[in-house]
Amino acid sequence: MSGNPIISFENITKRFGKTTAVDNVSLTINEGEFFSLLGPSGCGKTTLLRMLAGFEMPTEGRILIDGKDVSTVPPNQRPVNMVFQSYAVFPHMTVLDNVAYGLKMDGVGASERRERAEEALKLVQLAGYGVRKPDQLSGGQRQRVALARALVKKPRVLLLDEPLSALDAKLRDQMRSELTSLQQKVGITFIMVTHDQDEALAMATRCAVMNRGLLQQVATPSDLYEFPNSRFVADFIGSVNMFEGTLDVDAKDHAIINTQEMGPVYLDHGVTGPEKGTVWAAVRPEKIELHKRTDKAPKVDDAPEGYNVAAGVVKHMVYLGSETNYEIEIAGGRLIKVVRPNLTRWDQEDFELGEQVWISFHACSPAVLLS
Amino acid sequence: MTSTTAPMKMKKTPPGPLEYLRRWPLQLWLVLVGLFLYIPLITLMIFSFNDSKRNIVWQGFTLKYYDKALHNDSLITAFGNSLTIAACSTVISVIIGAMAAIVLWRFRFVGKTAFNAGLAIPIVVPEICMGVGMLVFFAKVLPWPHDLPWPLDLGNIIIAHVSFSFPFVAVVVRARLGSFNRELEEAAKDLGASEFRALMDVVIPHIQPSLIAGGLLAFTLSLDDFVITFFTAGPDTVTFPVKVYSMVRFSVTPEVNAASTILIVVTVLLTFLALKFQGSSALTAGHGADDK
Repeated sequence: MSGNPIISFENITKRFGKTTAVDNVSLTINEGEFFSLLGPSGCGKTTLLRMLAGFEMPTEGRILIDGKDVSTVPPNQRPVNMVFQSYAVFPHMTVLDNVAYGLKMDGVGASERRERAEEALKLVQLAGYGVRKPDQLSGGQRQRVALARALVKKPRVLLLDEPLSALDAKLRDQMRSELTSLQQKVGITFIMVTHDQDEALAMATRCAVMNRGLLQQVATPSDLYEFPNSRFVADFIGSVNMFEGTLDVDAKDHAIINTQEMGPVYLDHGVTGPEKGTVWAAVRPEKIELHKRTDKAPKVDDAPEGYNVAAGVVKHMVYLGSETNYEIEIAGGRLIKVVRPNLTRWDQEDFELGEQVWISFHACSPAVLLS
Repeated sequence: MTSTTAPMKMKKTPPGPLEYLRRWPLQLWLVLVGLFLYIPLITLMIFSFNDSKRNIVWQGFTLKYYDKALHNDSLITAFGNSLTIAACSTVISVIIGAMAAIVLWRFRFVGKTAFNAGLAIPIVVPEICMGVGMLVFFAKVLPWPHDLPWPLDLGNIIIAHVSFSFPFVAVVVRARLGSFNRELEEAAKDLGASEFRALMDVVIPHIQPSLIAGGLLAFTLSLDDFVITFFTAGPDTVTFPVKVYSMVRFSVTPEVNAASTILIVVTVLLTFLALKFQGSSALTAGHGADDK
């Protein structure tokens, strides 16, 4: 999937006055990747993208495109093109003129310009729309024009700033898969900024999670979800039950975290964390099992008896069709999120509000976080 | 059956928010406002056809004062001067005003607030003060030679007119720039446009309606300015308002009315044409131009 490095951020810092928007970020993006910059608003992801496009200059550090330092190169001389959040389709030009604008700036002749612009419109399924004005297009169509306008220049990298945020839910789902297939078709490296974790997980081949200007983790979507490296990432990507505890046993083949809320949590692998130090066990809701209350606590296959199990009461239930979300109150009043897929139409183990239950999870389920 | 009950019902429904003009007191009010605004102008136009030298009582219909006005060489010269001054000062005002607006919108610099406020001064300063100021300026600082060939002899008046009309253009253009999406400019640069190309290709088209509206404003301001022109003009250069004023000092003849009517028709036609070219976006912004 990933080829040679195409973009490198080297110790990039950007300050606006006294606020640090991007704090010492180093990041390499490879050719052909669909890379996503993910984070809450104000985390610096857009600033990073704008520095790559050339609209902001880094305060410190270097940006390399194809090994060349472009830190101070103006935007009109960079081999990258951007799809703006507002699409920024020129309202006074026809669709065709919009798409051909970049080629015109490059000095491409009129007939070739037209040909290539029409080709690009075909690529985004807007063939025949060339004569229209942008105000005669829907939001989704305008975005396609912006895409065609950026792609027609055959940039080394295509930048997308929150590309789906202005679309309605249905169109968003459609554009997700279209953008992915478009990227595979044209083979251009895409870098997308988004605050929507679903979007990033669904589309990107690799994501960088940012928070307060700092790079938190760079990984594939599944690694981000299953192997987060910090509480921030675990919490930001998907939902999670976090248990704080001390690392009591840290052997080669197992570890035990003593948590207040879940009691001792047994892990089937070593942690190499700080001895007796504070760590967090993060368990995703769908990795927690729900059992009918019996006298004897259920035993988890890969953990000794009495570990990774707690008694609780069903406090909230939300039926979502494909799955049901539960909130189970365990001793101490802590609410545990549990998600169960509705596998059959007549669920024999249907749980009710107020019902006494056991919850359990496998020794391999918790992600152990040191920060 | 239904046809008789339906209108009855219609009458009883209270008017919707936009239908208040169906009520007679409001219709009356509308008519009164209209009369208040237009009676003076209509009277002026009617009396331009009056067959009377003193023009106090209606004596009969005639077109001879139009003929007379159109053959009054000094009046025609004044009219030509006015149009020339208005055209020149409009073009210069639009250019300077738009540039000032773009600077205020685009850049942050030391003294920006002061510059912004300074720009508003010609708008708020009483015309008479500016007139006196211009008089002193052209007497002491920049004495304008009187014997220059036409239209250079109008230069000082053009300068004076630019100085009070370009802030109006700047204000209108600045307001329009407020609705500009900066991403459009960035998109142009991203696609390879230089700073200047981006300005010409994206920013200027966006502010075009305000350029037209500002231009209209500047044109009308210049065309009907009396006070500042009166103080600035040399003894040999006369503009239309100044000429009309001097004619009125002898007597209000229908000739003055006829000349004024021609001016009104010309202005209205110009405004109408400009608005027609611009569409509805300038209609609202350009409205202030006719109110002054």
